[in-house]
Amino acid sequence: MMTYAVECKNISKHFGKTTALSHINLNMEKDKIYGLLGRNGAGKSTLLNIVTAQTFPDDGEVKIFGESPYENGRALRNICIVKENGMFLKDVSVTGALDIASSFYNNWDKKLAERLLIEFQLDKRKTYRNLSLGMKSQLGIIVGLASRAPITIFDEPYIGLDAAGRQLFYDVLIEDYMENPRTIILSTHLIDEVSNLLEDVIILNKGEVMLEGNSEDIKNKAFYIRGTKDRVEKHISGKKVLSKEEFGNTMAVAIFDSISDNEIRAMELDDLAISSIPLQQLFIFLTGGKMIKRGDINE
Amino acid sequence: MKLPLDENKLIYMQIAEAIEDAVISGELSEGDQVYSTNQFARLYGINPATAAKGINLLVEEGILFKRRGIGMFVAEGARNMIISKRKKQFIEDHISKLIREAEKLNITKEDLIDIIRNYEGGDK
Repeated sequence: MMTYAVECKNISKHFGKTTALSHINLNMEKDKIYGLLGRNGAGKSTLLNIVTAQTFPDDGEVKIFGESPYENGRALRNICIVKENGMFLKDVSVTGALDIASSFYNNWDKKLAERLLIEFQLDKRKTYRNLSLGMKSQLGIIVGLASRAPITIFDEPYIGLDAAGRQLFYDVLIEDYMENPRTIILSTHLIDEVSNLLEDVIILNKGEVMLEGNSEDIKNKAFYIRGTKDRVEKHISGKKVLSKEEFGNTMAVAIFDSISDNEIRAMELDDLAISSIPLQQLFIFLTGGKMIKRGDINE
Repeated sequence: MKLPLDENKLIYMQIAEAIEDAVISGELSEGDQVYSTNQFARLYGINPATAAKGINLLVEEGILFKRRGIGMFVAEGARNMIISKRKKQFIEDHISKLIREAEKLNITKEDLIDIIRNYEGGDK
């Protein structure tokens, strides 16, 4: 039987009367890059806090490489989580923070940490409290990447980081991942920026898993179709429609369904224009609220 | 530097098309080694599994073949295979579209052929 890097079995979590997570079942494989996507309040951070044993679930079970992470130092050394609000003692210097991290993570790559300090131009003598928001994010990213932890989680790690800084993060991430494959979970709102890096996508909505799967397979089911109204309607009958707009005799629809090559050909013969929906836009359609229920999407 | 991708198309299809284009243009000859999954991932800033999906598509079609432990190579006859595949697509996509549009504009097939014959440019 396959051992998953992260296994969530029927996890639920409530805060007072609010349900943060409801019956989450997820398996994340070893050495894949996952995107954990969801709107504010969807339950992403709660889920990650449970996976990293920082919060208990009310119900259900988490396993990290087959073991419970609770009060399990060995399992926790396999996980590095980088959060937007930082993680270090306030009076420690950058060097001190990296030293602490290096003693905790077995696979710590000192060379990578030093290279990234130079690339980000981060002053290693500065104390944590004197770092700007962007510098704190840089330090978090350096720790996350240099930890080489078998499960590395970035939970919105780039507050205050500019576009060039984020690009550097993405470039080093993919580069280092190829040399040292590991399970990486990116939880982010900047879907456009990371979508090409992801192998699998998990969309959380209102505390539930709304959609999960290979990102290219998902994209291969998400299409814009545009053309004259009667023809569009003829071709999309029976398909799951996410959005529909009409202007005059023209209709543009977004559908989330498989389309065969023959169907595409037939649409093209009817002068319909077909294109893929980018992941970020699909996410907005799916989590925008209006007409979609979980049962409509996962077949 | 990263090469641009079209976000309205599947990434792995774009990788496969890029390799096919290189074979058609002669940039890659039959027997040449193709970029590795990791090189494509670096070049486009994409997940290596996605790059592998594009390469594997061409392996399935017999356009590329794998030498264990070495890498992917352009198969013998790959160029002809791609060209005949593209010709078929060209007829299905472009020619049928051209004829239908011409019909709408009351251009007869004979006129269309004349237009193509007299069209400036395109001759090698």
